[in-house]
Amino acid sequence: MTTRIDARFAELAKQGRSAFVTFLMAGDPDPKTSLNILRALPKAGADIIEIGMPFTDPMADGPSIQAAGLRALKAGMTLKKTLEMVRGFRKDDNATPLVLMGYYNPIYIYGVDKFLNDAKTAGVDGLIIVDLPPEEDTELCIPAMKAGLNFIRLATPTTDDKRLPAVLANTSGFVYYVSITGITGSASADSTAVGEAVARIKRHTKLPVCVGFGIRTPDAARAIAENANGAVVGTALVDALRASLDSEGRATPKTVGAVADLVSALAQGVRGAKQAAE
Amino acid sequence: MNPNLPNSFRTGPDERGHFGIFGGRFVAETLMPLILELEKAYADAKADPAFQAEMNGYLKTYVGRPSPLYFAERLTEHLGGAKIYFKREELNHTGSHKVNNVLGQIMVARRMGKKRIIAETGAGQHGVATATLCARFGLECVVYMGAVDVERQQPNVIRMEMLGAKVVPVQSGARTLKDAMNDALRDWVTNVHNTFYCIGTVAGPHPYPMMVRDFQSVIGDETRKQMQEAEGRLPDSLVACIGGGSNAMGLFHPFLDDPSVEIFGVEAAGHGLTQLHAASIAGGRPGVLHGNRTYLLMDEDGQIQDAHSISAGLDYPGIGPEHSWLHETGRVNYLSATDEEALAAFQLLTRLEGIPPALEPAHAIAKVMELAPKRPRDHLMVVNLSGRGDKDIPQITEILKGRKK
Repeated sequence: MTTRIDARFAELAKQGRSAFVTFLMAGDPDPKTSLNILRALPKAGADIIEIGMPFTDPMADGPSIQAAGLRALKAGMTLKKTLEMVRGFRKDDNATPLVLMGYYNPIYIYGVDKFLNDAKTAGVDGLIIVDLPPEEDTELCIPAMKAGLNFIRLATPTTDDKRLPAVLANTSGFVYYVSITGITGSASADSTAVGEAVARIKRHTKLPVCVGFGIRTPDAARAIAENANGAVVGTALVDALRASLDSEGRATPKTVGAVADLVSALAQGVRGAKQAAE
Repeated sequence: MNPNLPNSFRTGPDERGHFGIFGGRFVAETLMPLILELEKAYADAKADPAFQAEMNGYLKTYVGRPSPLYFAERLTEHLGGAKIYFKREELNHTGSHKVNNVLGQIMVARRMGKKRIIAETGAGQHGVATATLCARFGLECVVYMGAVDVERQQPNVIRMEMLGAKVVPVQSGARTLKDAMNDALRDWVTNVHNTFYCIGTVAGPHPYPMMVRDFQSVIGDETRKQMQEAEGRLPDSLVACIGGGSNAMGLFHPFLDDPSVEIFGVEAAGHGLTQLHAASIAGGRPGVLHGNRTYLLMDEDGQIQDAHSISAGLDYPGIGPEHSWLHETGRVNYLSATDEEALAAFQLLTRLEGIPPALEPAHAIAKVMELAPKRPRDHLMVVNLSGRGDKDIPQITEILKGRKK
């Protein structure tokens, strides 16, 4: 099975560089602005895009992404509308990989089979579901693989060599290495430790390894990109979005540009990386 | 007979932590190795007679167990039906049943060499019990408590701080128990290496629902023995309030395979089931939150709804997964009581028996007031008086003062 994700990594390997993976929360600060941001991301330098599915109780997320989810929910965002947003994006872009990221309950309530079918049809390529470890693979991971969607697993500093094979067993697309123990947007990652961790994971898999959590600046993005197949940035972009809102939390004419500008700067960091890890 | 009924209601969960479709381990990968480590540590402790002996020693001399089974003579006369007994968990050290579970978990934490304990709390009873045992064993203690609950349960906040715990007011979401649990999980994900998460109820990822139930089952085990001594037989019915459901599970579990025993759990109906409430079984459906699949209050998009109850300890949009299973199998009947009914029950019990119950078990008493009169005088009904009302007196005083005006 070759998805847009596999194709994108193959293409980047030819160019000899790492991927820049960006995150945005679907519907933040409102569905229309959010779609406009999504459309602006590939041009600004995003190679792969993670789209957050808002949830009331995001237990692995820090204050910035919690607030982004709540802004989206307040603006009427739902899982159905998130899939509509993907369809809207796919009208003009059939190459950039889109990965939905979030928590299981909204999918469970939507109905697993219906969700997988609707997501695939809309143009989703992969899923990252924070609260579904390998122990719960029968819930969504295996049905997703059968439906032709990548199920991208998180590996963390607590995932030791003994556990890694179980974590990697049903993973496809890429492996998302969470570089710190903690919630999104907290500590920053140490690139040396990250390099060692990526090397450790690569002893167990041929999949690309992307690294996230704690990357905020072009320099940090470059340092990570030198040690991994991709750098993921989320909280810094969500913070830039928030800083562009008016006092009521509504979008302003600056909002789309604020996110796109930071994405451009970070993308240059990633593209300035000396040598992608092999 | 329902062909799907199990031979025994007491064998769950399975090795993956499931009670039927409920339970499980829905947590972030960062926590998964810790949960597996805890599962193993608990299994070792459970099989170790020295652990059991040490725990029984503390239960006796530090907690003050066994708690008495008390015949509530005046309430029985007043209601004119079933003979009502109280299981006096409110007489435990720290004022509620919560200490039974905390003692067990702290002893497991000590075996695992963990020096930092975190907990979530609603009414503050679990926080107080955790702060107390951390003081006793010289452990660092951090308690997450919704900012709304910090306001309405001031006496417990002061007490936790005096015991040396750090109380963190949680400002996210509805700022009650659900949000406190989110922040406790966020702390745990961050401080995995030295921290033990002491969950206060029969919820969360496996093995918590099973482990907390086991530690609370001392309530039902004692009740069985004490009723035998008092009346020479089993009780005919059991009644307990349910937020997450630990006091109820502790009372119910030892009786689940006695078909003659009718069992009633009482959820918090808040302003009423058609308005804001906290009755997950009456008003919710199965979903996934806080590490387990269980009945939850949520909207059609799967977003979790804010619960409401006058009682901070019941103000939670979910329920322990084993309760969800006992509901679906029909073994336990789940009822609900409103804020108003609980308040009336609080006042009645205080005046009739000289026992101010916490607002949580006041919900159970409210249903006893309906159930007992419909039963014969030789019917033996046990209600779990899971906590004392001292902590609620400032809040109740405010409410009653407001009404006089």
